[in-house]
Amino acid sequence: MASSSARPDRIALLGNPNCGKTALFNLLTGSRQKVANYAGVTVERKEGVLITPSGHRVTVLDLPGAYSLNAVSTDEAVTRDVITGHSREALPDLLVCVTDATNLRLHLRLVLEARRLGLPLVVALNKMDRARQLGITIDRERLSRELNLPVVETVSVHAHGADALRALLDEPVSPGAPSGWSAPGFEQVMATQRDVQRIYRAVVTEPAVDRDPSDRMDRFLMHPVWGFAVLALVLFATFLAVFSGGDVLTGLIEDAFGVLAEAVSTRMADGPLRGLLVEGVIGGVGGVIVFLPQILILFLIILALESSGYLPRAAFLLDRPMSAAGLSGRSFIPLLSSFACAIPGIMATRTISHWRDRLTTILIAPLMACSARIPVYTLLVAALFPDDAFAGALVMVGLYLLGIVAAMTVAWVIKRTDKERQRSPLMMELPAYQWPDLRSLAIGLWDRAMIFLRRVGTIILALTIVMWALYTIPSPRRTTEATPIARSLAGELGHALHYVFAPIGFNEEISIALVPGMAAREVVVSALGTAYAMEGDEGEVDAQLRERITDEWPLATKLSLLLWMVFAPQCLSTFVVVKRETGSWKQMWIMGGYLFGLAYLASLITYHLTNFLTAA
Amino acid sequence: MEATTILPLSLDQLPEERWATVTDVAMPADSADRVLVLRLLELGFVPGEQVRVVREGRQNGGPLAVRVGHTTFALRPHEAAFIHVTPAS
Repeated sequence: MASSSARPDRIALLGNPNCGKTALFNLLTGSRQKVANYAGVTVERKEGVLITPSGHRVTVLDLPGAYSLNAVSTDEAVTRDVITGHSREALPDLLVCVTDATNLRLHLRLVLEARRLGLPLVVALNKMDRARQLGITIDRERLSRELNLPVVETVSVHAHGADALRALLDEPVSPGAPSGWSAPGFEQVMATQRDVQRIYRAVVTEPAVDRDPSDRMDRFLMHPVWGFAVLALVLFATFLAVFSGGDVLTGLIEDAFGVLAEAVSTRMADGPLRGLLVEGVIGGVGGVIVFLPQILILFLIILALESSGYLPRAAFLLDRPMSAAGLSGRSFIPLLSSFACAIPGIMATRTISHWRDRLTTILIAPLMACSARIPVYTLLVAALFPDDAFAGALVMVGLYLLGIVAAMTVAWVIKRTDKERQRSPLMMELPAYQWPDLRSLAIGLWDRAMIFLRRVGTIILALTIVMWALYTIPSPRRTTEATPIARSLAGELGHALHYVFAPIGFNEEISIALVPGMAAREVVVSALGTAYAMEGDEGEVDAQLRERITDEWPLATKLSLLLWMVFAPQCLSTFVVVKRETGSWKQMWIMGGYLFGLAYLASLITYHLTNFLTAA
Repeated sequence: MEATTILPLSLDQLPEERWATVTDVAMPADSADRVLVLRLLELGFVPGEQVRVVREGRQNGGPLAVRVGHTTFALRPHEAAFIHVTPAS
């Protein structure tokens, strides 16, 4: 059958979560990757290209991590469907089953399961360097004979760690004979496990140790007292890094955009085009890009904590408190990511196997104070406490806590309405601690930066231009108004919206600014500047705005807008992602509806209560 | 002195830091629970394997961190209860 054998053109990487598959994928493909969307860690479907020693190009698909083809989560279902031919994806020419050499007892089972599919298969023994350090020896040839499959060793953290695998891809493979797959029952699972035990005993020799190194760390990091102390410290340090480190970089970006706006202003004749470029494009886009440092610092820390193995321990500690709200510790990582941005947070819920838990986590993720809220909070808090930085910081912390408390309350209410009241599962692996792989950190961070910038370059840029047009084009019905803004289409829109927002104390300028806020919350600040017809670079507008708000807005309005920002359903991208992840328009509207209701109610109460108290 | 006979118990009752051998895994009637138990078996909680509770917070209903082979899993008490073990003497 040599004639029908060919070198593989398309391969897929299959493996348990935490087998080092993503690091191996990054090593194989380097920067030649296409990520369809926001990537949670190995959550998103990723494709790349590798070059074999003879120069052959091979497409590599990085499948989501799966313990079993008997899927219990969306991630696992995707993997199963791709390799059993139940997806639109063509079957790969070759399946590479990646296993963790330090944990073959667990990972060998998936190899045996995948072998039954009848696809050409090779086994990669990954993390071989670590296995040697631990004194684990694996008889590779014996394993290959037992499995009747090629077995190669890989070390995904070394530059040449995948050379053996690359070389193997130059060999022709005979086309497989894909056989159907059906979910195994109890007997079959037990039979497979007996095979695993037998093969494991035959090929693996390991020193008898009472404790793995991770156990010692676990005793401390999951200690009922010290564990929580460390977790509090980690979270505190994270937010400190986001705010202080972000500030420095944000200043640099602001300066750069100021220089750019200046350069365009002096080189172009005054006119609508210059206005569009300077105020619309540079002002609008610059106003959003300044948050890139804060988002990236938070993601860097989350990625590092996740790949080191710490985050699942934090989830373990928080499982009990979160179960009081009807969630499990598994919701912790998605919710933590939501402090950077709700979108990757919502996408990270794909690893939650229990649908009810996953849906609840998606619905409450927008209540975590995402980084886009920071500029609006900062502006309003500074206007509330112009001379008291300490009080301002306390209120900021309060706003974050309010979001968390509201989220837990909503989760609790959802749990109360659930008639089935199933016990939700946890069953979560606490992988061995390891140093984060720098290449994977860099690639993960790069992906996120690109996704953010793509969003800025498309939806936010487009909305900025639309808003600029609304502010510039005069409305035929409002020729008698005082300012150019009030005479514009935006003025008319704000006037109409004012009917909705007047009861909660918003003036027309706020009502106008909330419209572009649907694209991105942070735009509200620059939109307010535009609505008040303020000019100058970002810093100047900010200062003028702060002054204006401090002097002109009643206290009740300031507080009301602050509360609005905690709850309001905002940023259209979040809506889009909720629709896509739940596959349901209904859930999307439920999220939008309850957030709007909460926001309106909170602002209404705040506004009238403040008025009542200040009048008294 | 003869060691006292050690009775099998369910994993959620195993004291911290004590090795035990899985003797049996209960197959429940409820279909959602069957999915759960099948997954426990696939993760390696099968008769003959050595397990140990590394950390637990069960006195207030918290999860258990259970080591099996070279892996540690966080299990809720009701999940661990399906696994029966005999503690090492």
